[in-house]
Amino acid sequence: MRDGSVAAIDVRNLTKVFGSGSQEVRALEDVSLAIARNEFFTLLGPSGCGKTTLLRLIAGFEQPSAGQILLEGYDIVRLPPFKRPVNTVFQSYALFPHMTVAQNIGFGLEMQGWDKPRIATRVGEMLELVQMGSLGDRRPTQLSGGQQQRVALARALANQPKVLLLDEPLSALDFKLRKEMQIELKRLQRETGITFVFVTHDQEEALTMSDRVAVMSDGEVQQAGSPEQIYERPVNRFVADFIGETNFLQAEVESEGERYRLPGGAVLSGQDPHRHAAGERVTLALRPERVELEAAGAEGLTGAVERIVYFGTDTLYFVAIAGADLDAPFQARVQNRDGSKAQFSVGERVGIRVAPDAVQVLVD
Amino acid sequence: MGAFVDLMRRSRPARVGALIAPAMLIIGIFMVLPLGLMAYVSILERGINGGVQWGVHTVEAYVAFLFEENLLGELSVNPDYIRIFARSFILSFVTMAICLTIGFPAAFYMALQPEKYRNLLIFLVTIPFWTNLLVRNYAWILMLRSNGLLNEALLGLGLIEEPIELLYTNVAITIGLVYSFLPFMVLPIYASLEKLDLRLVEAAFDLGANKRRAFLRVVVPLAMPGIAAGCILVFIPSLGAFVTPELLGGSKSMMIGNLIQSQFGAARNWPLGAALAFALLAIVLLAMMVYLMRFRRPPSAG
Repeated sequence: MRDGSVAAIDVRNLTKVFGSGSQEVRALEDVSLAIARNEFFTLLGPSGCGKTTLLRLIAGFEQPSAGQILLEGYDIVRLPPFKRPVNTVFQSYALFPHMTVAQNIGFGLEMQGWDKPRIATRVGEMLELVQMGSLGDRRPTQLSGGQQQRVALARALANQPKVLLLDEPLSALDFKLRKEMQIELKRLQRETGITFVFVTHDQEEALTMSDRVAVMSDGEVQQAGSPEQIYERPVNRFVADFIGETNFLQAEVESEGERYRLPGGAVLSGQDPHRHAAGERVTLALRPERVELEAAGAEGLTGAVERIVYFGTDTLYFVAIAGADLDAPFQARVQNRDGSKAQFSVGERVGIRVAPDAVQVLVD
Repeated sequence: MGAFVDLMRRSRPARVGALIAPAMLIIGIFMVLPLGLMAYVSILERGINGGVQWGVHTVEAYVAFLFEENLLGELSVNPDYIRIFARSFILSFVTMAICLTIGFPAAFYMALQPEKYRNLLIFLVTIPFWTNLLVRNYAWILMLRSNGLLNEALLGLGLIEEPIELLYTNVAITIGLVYSFLPFMVLPIYASLEKLDLRLVEAAFDLGANKRRAFLRVVVPLAMPGIAAGCILVFIPSLGAFVTPELLGGSKSMMIGNLIQSQFGAARNWPLGAALAFALLAIVLLAMMVYLMRFRRPPSAG
């Protein structure tokens, strides 16, 4: 936890099982997470990984089968959703269709027993905050998707929750609007200082917006850390595969934490947080942009260019590596610094130069 | 292209006209025409042996609705018919209220069931329609009479000393009406609740509403079209109910339907029967207009 303070959300050994017997679905399996105050925390994973279930458990819409949820140190598992100082922005926005925008935003304040003038003032502030100043009298159905999204945000923030939960809030928006709202969300989080717990399956969204990311799959947290840690130092094959593009190479540990021998004979140095012992078989992860291609030499990793895809800013080379047992061709993404000319051509033999800290040893 | 669009636009009223013509024709022949005829009958002189004297106009029937004439030809207010109207409205309102009280939770329960059970439940609600209304009302006679099922059961349990007089009372009529019209309350409310997005209820909880407030502020307003439709579908037919009060009510708890029937039948006063029918129609239309003006307005804040 940052600066030793109490976590905004501290999830301990949380398990959620739906159904029973043969119908049993284990949505969350012994999940533990600490989310710091003022943090933009993202739960990232494919659909069915348990991220939305975790969010709904924090909101109180579901009861955990086991485990604790502490909010600023207090266990909130027994509190009904309406007593939790937490608000949700729903994927479908869930705006009340029979109320105006202003009534939607004021609903939570009304439930807290605020008087009408105070509600009106606060609703006005919230409308300004999400840049919807003049639309308070509209009905949700009269708004565009992006505007509905802003109202949903304003409504959830109006109560000044300790934690704001966002369930894939941008998935219904088109690309351009999504980009706008990403920036908007970051701004709102900074301005309000509220802890955001954001659920998404979009890795780019997760990397660009979050302070920290938890990558989930099969009801478990695979890895939690800063976007850089998640991207640069994936702990297992799932994380490395789910986030960005990765080359996976089978290798044998030659010396612990240092040298890894590929089937073709080439030796790479890599980082291994798991300290595999010499002689063990491991999987190495190598990002396509962390390698450089050069004229083939006698030493090191070599292969033949199979296919070239030009991307403008960079060029992607697919390289067949002799002797390496790969599921897919090795990919090398090379920056196009010298205009448009491709440095190598199909069929040409190339050497693959790997940056010293680029290789990550995974647990399978 | 522009010309085509223009043509489509211009011919639209014609196409709409063609589509609704059959319905209009049927409504014209089977509703407007008979109603017009009855309206005319209501301002004719009654025939000696029933029927009317065509061409002899009088407002006597409408006067007779409110006043009675003594032997000296002086008019005084006659509360008899008004009393029957008032009883009809009260019984219909009570019926509507009871149907709503029973029907809403039932519809809510149905809407919350897994989809595969819902159709079965709707099917169960419609089962009473399979048998004739008369038969079902006779069944209630067997249930409610002094030595009927209900009294026997209560006596047997020792809850009462002697049979309760239920049959031929307002209570019996209300029971019969509630029984007859309950499905008309359940089905429209179910239809509106089934469409209700449960995430809206979650959103209400999330924003701090407890169950009661989430229900009153989100579920009920969104079910309002169904509630309104259900209330209309129960209240209006109850007002005109004929079979149930005839069988379960007896002579002391007459309703409008029986009154009108008796004017066309035994009393041989067609104009009065027609006038009573139109008085009822006028009151219902007025009530509907008031209702529409009240509910068309967008719900206000707070």
